[in-house]
This record gives sequence, structure tokens and C-alpha cells, in this order.
Amino acid sequence: MARYSINVNGKTHDVEALEDMPVLWILRDIVGLKGTKFGCGKALCGACTVHLNDNAVRSCSLPVSAVGDGKITTIEGLSEHGDHPIQKAWEKFVVPQCGYCQTGQIMNAAALIKSNPQPSEEQIEQAMQGNLCRCGTYTRIKAAIMDATSNPNA
Amino acid sequence: MKNDSLFNKEDGSIEGRVFKVSRRDILKAGALLAGGLVFGVTLVRCDNSTKEVTHLSPNVYLKIGSDGLVTIIAHRSEMGQGIRTSLPLIVADELGADWSRVKIEQAEGDVKYNDQNTDGSYSVRMFYKPMREAGATARYLLIQVAAQKWQVPAEECDTENGNVVHKASNRTINFGELVEEASGISVPPGEIKLKEKNAFKLIGKETPIVDLHDIVTGKAIFGADADIKGLKVAVIARCPVVGGSVKSFNDAKAKEIAGVVGVYEVKGVGLPATLSKPLSGVAVVADNTWAAMKGRDLLEIEWELGPNASYDSDKEIAELTEKVSGKGSVRRTRGDFDKARKSAKKVIEHTYIAPHLAHATIEPPTALAVVKDGSCEVWACTQNPQGARKVLAEVLGLPEEKVKVNVTLLGGAFGRKSKPDFIVEAAVLAKASGSPVRVQWTREDDLHHDYFHSLSVQRAVATIGKDNKLTGWSHHIAYPTIGATENVAELQPSDGELGLGATDFPYDVPAIKIETYDAPSHLRVGWLRSVRNIPQVFAIATMMDEIAEARGVDPVAQAIELLGEDRQITFSEEILDGTYPNYGEDIANYPWETGRMKAVIERVAKESGWGKKLPKGSGLGFAAHKSFLTYVACVVEVKVDENKKISIPNVYYAVDCGVAVNVDRIKSQFEGGAQFTASLALKSAITFKDGRVEQNNFDGYQIIRMPESPKNIHVHIIESDSKPTGVGEPPVPPFTPALCNAIYAAVGKRIYTLPIDLGA
Repeated sequence: MARYSINVNGKTHDVEALEDMPVLWILRDIVGLKGTKFGCGKALCGACTVHLNDNAVRSCSLPVSAVGDGKITTIEGLSEHGDHPIQKAWEKFVVPQCGYCQTGQIMNAAALIKSNPQPSEEQIEQAMQGNLCRCGTYTRIKAAIMDATSNPNA
Repeated sequence: MKNDSLFNKEDGSIEGRVFKVSRRDILKAGALLAGGLVFGVTLVRCDNSTKEVTHLSPNVYLKIGSDGLVTIIAHRSEMGQGIRTSLPLIVADELGADWSRVKIEQAEGDVKYNDQNTDGSYSVRMFYKPMREAGATARYLLIQVAAQKWQVPAEECDTENGNVVHKASNRTINFGELVEEASGISVPPGEIKLKEKNAFKLIGKETPIVDLHDIVTGKAIFGADADIKGLKVAVIARCPVVGGSVKSFNDAKAKEIAGVVGVYEVKGVGLPATLSKPLSGVAVVADNTWAAMKGRDLLEIEWELGPNASYDSDKEIAELTEKVSGKGSVRRTRGDFDKARKSAKKVIEHTYIAPHLAHATIEPPTALAVVKDGSCEVWACTQNPQGARKVLAEVLGLPEEKVKVNVTLLGGAFGRKSKPDFIVEAAVLAKASGSPVRVQWTREDDLHHDYFHSLSVQRAVATIGKDNKLTGWSHHIAYPTIGATENVAELQPSDGELGLGATDFPYDVPAIKIETYDAPSHLRVGWLRSVRNIPQVFAIATMMDEIAEARGVDPVAQAIELLGEDRQITFSEEILDGTYPNYGEDIANYPWETGRMKAVIERVAKESGWGKKLPKGSGLGFAAHKSFLTYVACVVEVKVDENKKISIPNVYYAVDCGVAVNVDRIKSQFEGGAQFTASLALKSAITFKDGRVEQNNFDGYQIIRMPESPKNIHVHIIESDSKPTGVGEPPVPPFTPALCNAIYAAVGKRIYTLPIDLGA
């Protein structure tokens, strides 16, 4: 066991954990933020996606000891009122079915548009391919991202 | 709400926001009066004010508060089909409630809610009428009181937006002000009138799901998100072979992991594995999930593997392939197939192979249990809370009244979460450890120990007569049956399984013969979205395409021709020693109507531009199938590139599901159904060697990812006044054969084995 000071959604948390404990379990079991989901534990499904310094990472495969002073953002910290453009687009297109993978999808999409504000359809597909949805909401996910990034003046 | 956690009471009672339960509305279940025409007023003290709120509860599904708040009970499980929205909106529409001010409360498992087993695309079919009556009854009562107050005839009054209105005098009164007096009124028989279709404001429209904002902000509570003070997490090493048990184990190393608090053996039931009880295993209980997982990795377990240790699914396919070429048990017969074969101009015969499949819900099974003081309370992502309650009572030796099953959102289910085995695991570990325990399945657990959709081998034979007509259809079917999970002596498909696409072969062919064969089970067989329709319709609808080609006719035209004139078909008289179950409905109430099937076929042909010329390497494929009482026709457009890579630019569905309740969720079920089935058709297979599953995670058991997923899915809903029928499962069966037929149109290759492999 070791002590770590980690920054989540702008707040510092002092946690005691095994050094190989993935950030996913730090968030869910210790910090108590449940919006980040467990799906596979092997970075194969994307349900656990969070941001580390604005980049999308799979928190199930990121050991707490590797975070250092990096800034973690979870779905709870993506926007104050749930009104990030991606969240708004998700609501507009009623994207979710069961909803379980959607926080990971949203975090991945939010990181995408931060690095590439107007992605092409192909770029969206490539960027989102690590996020599985068993209900099959892919067409609406893509439509929502395209809507959120379309420039009405373009 | 001042507290963000779902559980903030030490006794574990639910008090959270996910189901939008506020303090003043926590009613003990017993306070609600159930049934027919008995009404109750419940006095509940507000926590944050001294004002007392009374409730009108005309039935178990609805409460109207004297504060005007309308609460509708969602008694079916939400797993992505949108049922927490679709059933409540029916109540709200009949009531005339203000939908934006309706609260949805999730019911616990209790027989007073009638059927809660959320399965079989049943919910809207079963509850459309009861929900309408629930709303209409309350509406009647409120109108009576308002009419009396205003001294106007009741028939001049109406409800809208949470008020009773009298348009003639321009008067309006909120429901809340009528609650107390309405509770004293009884309803004379025959007085409840349901609204006319043109008065609907929600039914037949598009209503966003009630959990939308909670989902996109990460606040929605799924099975693993339930929490309680003192909670421990358990991860279980289960016997890798079904029916095996623990011979011995050494937990010394596991217990050295910081955070591990206990190791317990979970006694399984052996064989039959059952549809409800846990597998044998050893559980590591820890302060957090990671410690439990690490502890499990360090367990040293010697297994007694039992009689399934040599099971090999490839060998089983070879054995069943041999079997289906011989004589089987005849299950349906019409005319003389052997004669049709002898006099045929052409005979087409193929064997169709489909693999075992896992549900692979992105949320693996998980459940939280508290067992103390002679009672048990669980929080679980269950499709069947009453079933879970019953099994928990049995296993724990408690009366059912002492067992409470709370239902969270389900992160996908598709039939897996009908089985309460994982909930029982949590309960027995909570009892053994003396702490609240949440059992967490990992992805590996989920793929190794699922209740699988079992593999199948089928042989289909079609005979074409000298007049170029289809003269005979013979279908030979072998797969381990679901029944074997409860009784290992069951070797053949049940009437129920055959009634999912096989014995209800609807085409007007003079000779039909359906035979089945013994197929012993070596795994836990369960049901996956649309169940046996998946392989049975794969065989039938790809063969129909081949028959059309052999006859030189268009497959769409052939389907319409073979459905024959508009009529109702029954099957039972041709089924030997059994009946056609018609998805649990009397066929007199839900007939099989060829006219409705032809209408969806014609519609999908029109919408897809059937017959249009496509570039080389592209093609359209067609299939139609009625399942769960819903008529569906599907056209898939496929493109196969020079590297044999398959892409799916367009999918077209036409659907007749009777009255369309929430149009957006019908569309989303079909969109998702196409994607879900694209996984099954193109990617997924579970195989066994030495009794063990060979796939471990999403690298081995693949599901479709966005770049290869169908690009556009067009859903066309037939306007209908017929009784509503299910939409969760019906999108699945026709998709795979339509895709296979499209591949044939594109590149000339027929598909007989799933998942599809063009050698890319």
C-alpha cells in the first residue's frame, strides 16, 4: 500500500491504495465517483474512459502510480451542469439505450473534439472504435458528434 | 436532495435520486392499496415542511399527490428498451398528466405488480391495456370531483397537463386539489372510458427516455453503482467446467493481499446447473474490487471437473452434422415430403452451422446483498425481480416477505439477467461474511460462465417440382436445449424453441416435414435476444433466397407468392404431439396474418429501392420474419471490397408492431437490433475445449465496433390500430439472412456457417 495525492475534477484526493490499482477502482471504490464504468478490465471496451490531461485514457488499465500530478477528469467533472456540447448533442439525439457505455463514449467523444474540433466521419469512426456499445447506438453517436461539431457558418 | 449517494441510511433503505424518489414520496409498499376499484389515501409527512401530502392511489402503478405531483411506478426492468418511459407515458396520456412533472419510481419485486419478468418482448404487449386503464380510472375519479365542485356534467370536463378543465366555463383545477375527495369515490362497472386515438398526446409520438439526463451526466445508477456503508466486494473463481466442484483450495496467498478480508467457498448445485443457482467456486471478499481481483488470482484451487471436462464444441458440431443427415423425431408434418422429393425437378440441400453465443452485456453481472436479522435485501440489475426474490427466499430459508429485491438500471441484459445466479452469490456471501457484499463479475467471468445461446446444426432440403413451384420443405434441427439446464435428460428442442421460427414456417408449400435430433448439453444454455429465431431463421431465409434463384424468381415476389392470399394461419394441427405456442398468446387473439406480413414486405421493397442496380461488389439482400407477434421485413445493402472486407452502408426495416407507443424507442430498438445482430453475423463465437470456454475478453469474443458497423438504418413503422406487440427482439432474426443474401448478390458466395467468413 502507498499514499497518493490525485487530482480528480479539479479536487485533490489523498488515497491509500496498492500501487497497481487501476484509476477506475480508485474512482469507483475509494473516491466514490460511479459515473466511470467497468466493462472489460483490459482496455478493450472503453466503458471506463476518463481524461488524463485532456486525453482520453482507459482508466481500467492505468495504474494509480502512473498518474503523478496529472489531472483526471471524469464524467462528473466534464461540465458543471451536464451541458458540454457533446452531452447536449447526446440528449438531442436521444443516443443512449441502456446507457452503461455512454459515459465512456461521451468522454471519448469530448476528448476527440477537443483535439480535432471538426472531425470527418471517418475520423469519428476511427476515434470511437475503442468504445463498444452492445445496444448498438453507433449511428446516433456518430450523428450526435457530427451535430456537435458542425459549424453553422461553414 | 442534499446527499448525492444512493444510500445514505445505515439500514440500507433506498433513498436516492436515480429513480427520482424524494423523501416525502417514500411510501412503504404496504401502504399502497392494490387492485381493481379499491382506492387508498396515504398520509405521508414531508421531511422538509409540516404540510401533509395525501395520495390518490387508484392502483399499484399510480399515485397522485395533493401537491399535484404524479408518480408512476415502473414495474418492468429497464435494460435499454426504454420501458421506464414507454409504460409510464401510457398511464400519463390516459390520465392527462403533465409529462414534464411526472416522477418515475422503480418498483421492487412484488407479485402485486403483476408480471415483472422483463423478457420475451412482453412489456408493452402485456401492459398496454392495464396502463391505459390505470390512467383512465384516475382521470374518471378526478373529473367526478371537479364536475361536482363546478356543478357541471362530468362529460363536459376533460383533463390536460395535470388539470381538470371545463372548457365551456374556462375553468381549470389542478389534480392535487381533487385528490382527497377523489379517494372517496368508487367507480361503477363499465364507467371507465379509454381515450380515442386522436386524443393521444404521448402515445404514437416520440418521447425521450426519462433517464436521459442522468445517463449523460453519469448519475444513473446501474447494478455496480449501488452502495452501502460497510460494503465489501466479492470476486469469485468458478469451476471452469459446468457441473464441476471445488475439491480443495489454498487461500494463504490470497489473504496476504492488503484489503482482502475473507475467502469463502460457494457451493454450487452441480448438475443440472439450473437457471437460477450459482456455479461452484471460491470467493474472495475484500474492501475494494481490485484487492478482490488480485486475491482471486492467487487462489490455488483443485477442481473436481465432473462429466463435462472433455466437452469440445467443434467435435459436437461434427457429431450433430452427422446426426441431422439421418432420421429424426418428426415435429411438424404436412403432405408427403418424401413423395415431393421423388418427383422433384430439383432438390436443394444444405447444412447450416451457428456457434454458441454469449450475451456480453457491457455491464457484467453484479449484485449487492445485505443479509441480517432474518431478512435479505438486494440491489441488482435483474430482469426478473420476483424470480430472484423466490430463489433468494428458498436458498436463504426465509419467507418471501423477508426478502426485498430492488431493481437498478440494467447495463444491457438480452436474457442474461433473467437468471438470478449472481444475486444468489451475493446473498450467500453476505450471509457467510456478515457484511453487505456486492459480487462483481469480470468480463472473463461473464464469457466463461454465461447462460449461453447454444450452437446449432440444421439441414434444410427444398424440392422444386416440374411446374417450377416449391413443392417441399424439410428442416432438420439439432441443438442443446434450454430445458437441459434444468434437466440434463432433455435432449431435444422444446415446442417453445421450435415455435421460434421453425414450426411456424409460414409458407404455402404442399409438403412440410420438420425433424429434430438428440443433442446432449454440456453447458448452461440460456436465451439470447430472439433466442432460436436466430439460427432457425438464418437457415430458412437464406435457403428461401437460394430457392428463388433456382426457380428464377425474385425473392421478394416469391415471399409474397408463398404467403398466399390474405388469411390467418394456424400451425398446431400439423405439429405432432404438441402445439404452436404463439409467444404465449392464444392464436385467436393474436392471429398469424399473411396480409400484414405481405404489407411489411411490400413496404421494405419500396423503401429500399429493391431491384435497383448496384455497382459490382455491392448487393441487396432480403428476409422477412414474424417473431414475438411483430411482422418485420428487412433489406440489407452490403459492399464487399477487393480485400473481401464487408461494409453495410444501409439497412432497411419495415415493421408492423400494432399500435406504436413510443416511436423513437421502436426506431432505436431496430437500429440497435441491426447492430447487435451484425455482431452475431460477422464477429461472435464461443468455443469450448476440454469443457472450458476458449474466449476470455473482447479480443477473443468480438462484437462490432463503429468503423465496421451498419452506417444507416432506416426504420419504417406501419400505421396500425392492432394490439401492440414487442419490438425488443423482432429486429434480430431477419437481419442475418438478409445480410447473407446481400453478400450473395454482391459477390456470389452463399453463407452456410456463422459467423460469416469471406477470408478477409
